[in-house]
Amino acid sequence: MLSAYLPVFLMLLVATLVALGMFTATSLAGPKKPTPEKLLPYESGSNTTGASHLRQSVKFYLTAISFVVFDIEAAFIYPWAALFRDLGWVGFVAMVIFLAVLAITLVYEWKKGALEWER
Amino acid sequence: MDLFTQILLAIAKILFVVIVAVGAFAPVLLWAERRQSAMMQDRVGPHRAHIPLPRSVVEGLRLTLKPLEAGIFGSFFAAGLAIVALVILLLSSRETLFGQEAKTYYLAVVGFGILGVLARVGHKVHGGIVESGGKIALLGLLHPLADAIKMIFKEDFVPPKADKLLFSIAPILTMVTAIAAFAVVPFADTLFLECATDVVPRDVATVMACDGSGGVATAIPMQIASLDIGILFIFAIAGTGVVGAAIGGYSSDNKYSLMGGLRAASQMVSYEVALGLTIVPCFMIYDSLRLEEIVMWQHEAGIWGIFIPPLTIACVLYLFAAIAETKRVPFDLPEGESELVGGYLTEYSGMKFGMFFAGEFVEVVVLGALATVLFFGGWDVPFLYRSGFDLPGTWELVIPMTDWVIQDTIALQHWAVIVIQVIAFLLKIAILMWLQLMIRWTLPRFRYDQIMKVCWKGLLPLSIANILLTGIIVLLWT
Repeated sequence: MLSAYLPVFLMLLVATLVALGMFTATSLAGPKKPTPEKLLPYESGSNTTGASHLRQSVKFYLTAISFVVFDIEAAFIYPWAALFRDLGWVGFVAMVIFLAVLAITLVYEWKKGALEWER
Repeated sequence: MDLFTQILLAIAKILFVVIVAVGAFAPVLLWAERRQSAMMQDRVGPHRAHIPLPRSVVEGLRLTLKPLEAGIFGSFFAAGLAIVALVILLLSSRETLFGQEAKTYYLAVVGFGILGVLARVGHKVHGGIVESGGKIALLGLLHPLADAIKMIFKEDFVPPKADKLLFSIAPILTMVTAIAAFAVVPFADTLFLECATDVVPRDVATVMACDGSGGVATAIPMQIASLDIGILFIFAIAGTGVVGAAIGGYSSDNKYSLMGGLRAASQMVSYEVALGLTIVPCFMIYDSLRLEEIVMWQHEAGIWGIFIPPLTIACVLYLFAAIAETKRVPFDLPEGESELVGGYLTEYSGMKFGMFFAGEFVEVVVLGALATVLFFGGWDVPFLYRSGFDLPGTWELVIPMTDWVIQDTIALQHWAVIVIQVIAFLLKIAILMWLQLMIRWTLPRFRYDQIMKVCWKGLLPLSIANILLTGIIVLLWT
């Protein structure tokens, strides 16, 4: 069983080696000539004001929360989809109920304005 | 097989995939994209990178031009004479002409025709090199390579107030996740090692070894890892890719980077949900999460997913979500240069920037490969089976005046079948990449609120509706 995952680890290893190779190459080969202006955070030429970690819109947070809700639901749908033919109408009705609950969540978010980016 | 052989095999397959995806597809895609942009803006585009040739070699090439011209003329003239001879043979009902059978003339037409075309191509290539004074430019295909070398020798800048660890991890994470997603993609049918130079029976479950030992042939899946979670692996890996963009923006100590990183994270997680749900109808119809079984289903049914009605809808939705997931135009808000300079890439330089860049192109290849597997039959070539081609019907075509026959079944050796399948798979990916490129240069950039709206209010309800539709159709028909 675990041997099926051995190539995956090898793949990750090779990919990491490729990425690390590129990373080390540029770190070693690239020149380092810092100047005071270069070390400033880039802000289209004007001097930077205030902290660079700005306060951001709460919409990003809401999107992240919605992602957690809906992505976990997607993880529940996958095994059902793979066994769909065996489960037949019973499984289908069960999934309709599950999706209905989800649709209600989506409609609630929609009505509450969590999906509006203009306001 | 013992563990050592398995590891060696896995590494061979991994190298093949990495060389094809990272070493060939991504640079060519980059080249095609810049070439197309140059065409649209009436510029010459990426063409200056070249390998210079010494003066004496150029003079030598200049001498070949005249003989090549004569060669083109001579070959096509000879092919023309052979055609005339064939026509005479056909009209006069004679067996031979000048003591030669019709077979000889057929071979002459094909042979001299190919020779003429080769001479023509050679003349054009040599002429181009001579005219430019000895520069081998290969249409500008060397440009991505030159870019990579340039990026490695650029200053590796790290902002003094940046989080050094996260700043370094971000590009590595992007690159690793982009490459690793290939691990479960099948690129050909199972290879039966002992039968590589034999014709394998078409519809047999267990293929016997062809060396006469009576054992079962060693089956080597043309896929790096055959996992029972299959597609979930790709989403797990792609989901990690979000972190790369997000922490890259967060750790840069730059306002543009932070905004770009937040936008990237928000957009990618949103479209990941949509992407995950759009392809659920595929699993309901193919009855599996394993990519190799999905391709096998399409191969055995003789129909590609996109031609099954619910999956046609799923395919359109998938391509939409996939392009948004790769953060490319028209969805490139996280790095939209008109608003955020370089987005989450602003403070990156040198090959670290290049790694984000390359990662993005590799992601395009991955999602193209996934679309190929799910909707375009993967490695399946119409009418090509394990035993070779089997065209519909029973017929045979006799070439006039010879005993050569073309039949509806053409037996091919096992290795030839596998090679054709691999080429077909790569070709399909290339076509899908071209499609994404056309979309990239056709549509203008959306606004951020429009992107999020179309995901949560458009794609998500539509894909849920498509799941229900597929369920009803499948249950009513079976």
